[in-house]
Amino acid sequence: MAITPPSERIWWRQPIARVELIWICLAFTWGLIMFFMMIYWHGAGQQNLSSEAYQIKPERFAERAQAMIDNYQVREENGFPVVRPPAGSDVYLIARLWQWWPILELEKDQSYRLHLSSMDYQHGFSLQPVNINVQVHPGYDMVMTLKPDQAGEFGVVCNEFCGIGHHMMVGKIYVVE
Amino acid sequence: MSNLVDFRTCPTTGLRVDKSAENLIKANAVAAVVFLSIGGLFGLLVALTRWPAVHFLPADWFYLALTAHGLDVLLVWIIFFEMAVLYFASAILLNSRLAGPRWAWTGFGLMLAGALITNVAVLRGQSSVMFTSYVPMQAEPAFYLGIILFAVGALIGCFVFFGTLVIAKQARTYEGSIPLVTFGALTAAIIAVFTIASGAIILIPTLLWSVGLVSHIDPLVYKTIWWAMGHSSQQINVSAHVAVWYAIAAMVFGAKPLSEKVSRMAFLMYILFLQLASAHHMLVEPGFSPEWKIFNTSYAMYLAVLGSMIHGMTVPGSIEAAQRARGLTKGMFEWLRKAPWGNPAFAGMFMSLVFFGFIGGISGVVMGTEQINLIMHNTLYVPGHFHGTVVAGTTLAFMAITYLLVPLIFRRELMMKKLASWQPYVFGIGVAGISLFMMGAGTLGVSRRHWDMTFADAQLPFDYPSAAYLMMGLNGIFAVLAAIGGLMFIVIVVGSVFFGRRLGQDEKPEYPEVPPQSAAVGHYGSSETLRIPGTVFLVGIFFVAFVLYYFVNWKYLSEVWPLS
Repeated sequence: MAITPPSERIWWRQPIARVELIWICLAFTWGLIMFFMMIYWHGAGQQNLSSEAYQIKPERFAERAQAMIDNYQVREENGFPVVRPPAGSDVYLIARLWQWWPILELEKDQSYRLHLSSMDYQHGFSLQPVNINVQVHPGYDMVMTLKPDQAGEFGVVCNEFCGIGHHMMVGKIYVVE
Repeated sequence: MSNLVDFRTCPTTGLRVDKSAENLIKANAVAAVVFLSIGGLFGLLVALTRWPAVHFLPADWFYLALTAHGLDVLLVWIIFFEMAVLYFASAILLNSRLAGPRWAWTGFGLMLAGALITNVAVLRGQSSVMFTSYVPMQAEPAFYLGIILFAVGALIGCFVFFGTLVIAKQARTYEGSIPLVTFGALTAAIIAVFTIASGAIILIPTLLWSVGLVSHIDPLVYKTIWWAMGHSSQQINVSAHVAVWYAIAAMVFGAKPLSEKVSRMAFLMYILFLQLASAHHMLVEPGFSPEWKIFNTSYAMYLAVLGSMIHGMTVPGSIEAAQRARGLTKGMFEWLRKAPWGNPAFAGMFMSLVFFGFIGGISGVVMGTEQINLIMHNTLYVPGHFHGTVVAGTTLAFMAITYLLVPLIFRRELMMKKLASWQPYVFGIGVAGISLFMMGAGTLGVSRRHWDMTFADAQLPFDYPSAAYLMMGLNGIFAVLAAIGGLMFIVIVVGSVFFGRRLGQDEKPEYPEVPPQSAAVGHYGSSETLRIPGTVFLVGIFFVAFVLYYFVNWKYLSEVWPLS
């Protein structure tokens, strides 16, 4: 029994039943398939998060975001600047208590280099209803190339707990044709 | 020394039982159940708040309750119970005295003090930082101090366990190798040492930071090392509850492992690879390379998953073999149909096995896939997954073995047997529902750790799809069911321990029926005689479900915006 010492003293010499051996081989093979699937997706898939990131002081990141806002603001909405940066450019999104700043307006099927960083605590960039979720850290500028392939109005929810106002932290991204 | 130790002889197993080990098991199990009830209550409050139609707590209390819930059930209940499992699997199963009972009591005292300090810190309201306490969000120093004291206490418990193994070996209290269950407990204890070391590396500087002696803690470094504790501690649970599955299979069926070699190798996989799982939490963080993520998140090519898949066959397989050896050989499933489904120890254990595999296991592997994590990270899918592993898996297994410990260790007859036979079903189905509906809501994008999914107070409007509200309502209903199951457990166990009929010195408990060390079970470990078609069928269903669900999620991923 499992609660008593093995009945065969030399238990490691006991043969393994065939059915167990088959299951072990099958499970191992499945593990390999899942392992190589991740590598395969780096070549064949279109959803691979970049590892490009820089350490940055929050003030410095805020300056860059402000420069973008100053250059490309097109209107204002609920007190948020709405920014329409040129396709292919560097786009900055600030996470802070408790806002995603500013509102972005992007063109469909164009690529943007999206920079994410936090001014204070950790936040969670959760683009809805697309359902892309990325962690945002203070002191790190995370860069990813994003290519919206649907037009519409998208919400940015914060999905990392960031204090008492966490559930009020909502941003917006417009994608236009 | 040994003549100072007070032993009694167990009438059921004939083992010598060290009274001080027995008292420590009792103390740790009682503390565990106390914190289970506190943490479970907080969990119910959280679920009622996330039920949109009820929305029970105000925001500040919600975040406080969520912090306390994670802490009390994920850490305190489980580790206290694991200490009981360690002492049981060493001193009791090995027929030995316990090494350094005073040290063990010191460890218990530290754990209790630490748990109380951290709970008080949370209840004071200035430490609603969630169980993970990600920097730079800061809790009161007492919050970190309590966790550190608790961890030191647990570390002492692990070393008492190791010491007991050494004593038993030297005193030759058993023949040959240690039992498989003890081997599983040893796995848990080894992982625990790694876990606690990681915790110390990150929580001690964080404590110093909270009192102002350290100026800065990098949030990425914190998170990487914190999860070397946070995720590894869940691997302690896996090892411990798999050991409990084997123990219950042995105690209820007299089941013998199909192959000692295979089962022990599977445990060894846990020791070697499970610690890499910190990476599961770092898949969408800035700066980690794909190579690092792929190697670590897959536990080096899924070798730890292989371990779990092996246990997933050998545990039910050993039960099937034992039942067949007893003559239940008709068809594929007579062994399972005629299993003691009214015995809460078996019912709880078997549901734990099924839910851990199908709900917790599959979802964990899928969510831990490098790219797929993008569509799940920090959504409710995450708590959905770990309620499948830690609650439907670990907690249900620990509840199940408690029904055996009450008569065997507490020497009390179990009260309210009818209620007890229902308890695993009520709790198990409740928790399975919680897991599935949270996973459903997460797939629809709903954030975890979030007070208001309607965003009523936000500056900009946003709405989740209406199906998400349905999911959260169902989650609330099943959480109530699980809470009722939890309450049943506490009433039955506390009632039995304090008011149950005391068993006489030589009296064997009649309930739950524990068969005598079964002589009927022959040498089915050999390759010629093993026939377990029912298990093969069940494992086949599991495998198909796993493969399908895995690729469905790749399909989901392929539909989101291209990013690189």
